[in-house]
Amino acid sequence: MFNLFILQALNGIQFGILLFLVAAGLTLIFGIMDLINLAHGVLYMVGAYFVAMFTAMTGDFFLGLAIALPAALLFGILLEILIFRRLYERDHLDQVLATFGLILILNEGVKMIWGAAPMSVQIPAILSGSVPLIGFVQYPIFRIAIIVAGLATALGLYVLVNHTRTGMLLRAGATDGPMVSALGVDIKRLFMLVFGLGAMLAGFAGAMVAPILSVEPGMGDSILILTFVVIVIGGVGSVRGAFVAAILVGLVDTLGRTFGPILLRSAMDASAAGQAGRTLAPMLIYILMAVVLFLRPSGLFPARAAAV
Amino acid sequence: MTLAASDTKDDAAEPAIENRRGFGIVSREGAAVAATILFAALALLPLLASAIDDPFLIVTATRIMVFALAALALDLVLGFGAMVSFGHAAFLGIGAYSVAILSSHGVEDILVQTLVALGTASLFALITGAISLRTSGVYFIMITLAFGQMAYFFMISLSAYGGDDGMTLWNRSTVLGSDVLESDLVLFYVVLAALVLAFFALRAVVGSRFGRVLRGTRDNATRMRAIGFSPYSYQLTAYVMSGAIAALAGVFLANQTEFVSPAYMNWQRSGELIVMVVIGGMGTLVGPIAGAIALLLAEEWLANLWEHYKLVLGVLIVCLALFTRGGIAGAARRLFRGGRHGG
Repeated sequence: MFNLFILQALNGIQFGILLFLVAAGLTLIFGIMDLINLAHGVLYMVGAYFVAMFTAMTGDFFLGLAIALPAALLFGILLEILIFRRLYERDHLDQVLATFGLILILNEGVKMIWGAAPMSVQIPAILSGSVPLIGFVQYPIFRIAIIVAGLATALGLYVLVNHTRTGMLLRAGATDGPMVSALGVDIKRLFMLVFGLGAMLAGFAGAMVAPILSVEPGMGDSILILTFVVIVIGGVGSVRGAFVAAILVGLVDTLGRTFGPILLRSAMDASAAGQAGRTLAPMLIYILMAVVLFLRPSGLFPARAAAV
Repeated sequence: MTLAASDTKDDAAEPAIENRRGFGIVSREGAAVAATILFAALALLPLLASAIDDPFLIVTATRIMVFALAALALDLVLGFGAMVSFGHAAFLGIGAYSVAILSSHGVEDILVQTLVALGTASLFALITGAISLRTSGVYFIMITLAFGQMAYFFMISLSAYGGDDGMTLWNRSTVLGSDVLESDLVLFYVVLAALVLAFFALRAVVGSRFGRVLRGTRDNATRMRAIGFSPYSYQLTAYVMSGAIAALAGVFLANQTEFVSPAYMNWQRSGELIVMVVIGGMGTLVGPIAGAIALLLAEEWLANLWEHYKLVLGVLIVCLALFTRGGIAGAARRLFRGGRHGG
């Protein structure tokens, strides 16, 4: 039981790390541009497709990843120039509509280019297999690599946001965009950069799950909703909040699905517990969100306490 | 002097937001006339269907009217309350599942099923609305979306009632023991009657004191608070009413398709409902009905033309959002007024 717990906790952290990578860009876009981007999940999907395509072309996962990341960045910047740039000044409803339309376009576009059938990517040879953790507990190396890469990215983001000039502008932009612009900063370029960065982070998350999940149209939709839950819990615009909330949501979701039925079994008979557990477990994170909102309507770490 | 003063007052009375919402787009009387013509045309549709010998026309029209009813419900919160609910498909699903689940336990009367559907949807709306309305703006959109998905995943994992596969209805609901709804024509007129009733009921609601407070909150919540109203309870009441009407649409949807699945509650369905309301012109009540007709007909038509029709639909929606503020009704209005208020 303890071994299972360790395994599932690691899975939960790994899931949380992925959620963080998608949520980090999205929360910055929300916080700085005040833009609700429903199409952020599609960027995650596009990242996965890019890595699948480039890995197939080069025959090497790392080379594929090295091409996929700048490609995701450029794709994000292209979308910013074509569509998102026109949405910053609009109200949220226009943003919801335009990005909803974009989801339809990209999901269908992916289907046209790569077909509706799921694609798979081989786990690279160095990262395949598993390592013993404690006693008999084995854990796949690739999932550990995801956790390490995600933590490294989180650290990089932390340094970028808190200890660089660009990060200072980002934080200033999240607090008061017009003032930053008035002080002579090219806010348009800053916005484009944030958007491209967010697209690349989401694409990175997509690229890293490509070997362990199937790459298929619509794969970004479910992660988008979870990302929203993460952002709502963490507080819009807060990268730190997104990190804490992402790990929390990853753990609660993964552990809830495994241990929910087991815990319920002590209270009722086995089949009813299994049924109730399977039904309730997917709802746990939404209940968590509702509780957090009830206690703190602007999330755990509100970036703009006064604004929301 | 007085002239100038009244000019500024006029400008203030029509804030930017009014360009896309409210009776500014279509006058109250104009909306009622347009709706009456629309309803009369729909009532005569079966004659056309029998004249060209196309019974499928009635089935399609019934389906469109079901979604028109749901879009009408959404307009109450979206158009009159400025609450962008991205989870309205959940209410549609609650209505549909009320029929399917009760019917699988032998309760087939539509009145009982509708009561249960309205009760469940109201309760769901009351709980989720009470939490969602503590926030606003982006938060509200994300939270309603999340609650909608919660309902969706709940039904997917509820394997006792079909889970992911959905449930087939062995027969349609009965009305006081009679199976008149088995006839597509009867169902058509029942749904039409519900749509007409809902339209005029909502028109009365929107015109009432309650509706004026709701519209006032939409235009300027701070002012409403300043003059002593507490918008929260008004918004929550509107949210619950809207959810209940959408659930009624779900009851009809289950009867029309004789099949219920979690796909009805998918978030893309919620998105489509928003598109319907916005295409037609939000805050007009007749707009969402026209929008539902336009979107579903366009979908049907495009789907026949090209396998990847969703791409075209997506492009249309993006253009709609980027270039036509206020949907078709808003574009038409700017055309007539020549951009007097700067569009």
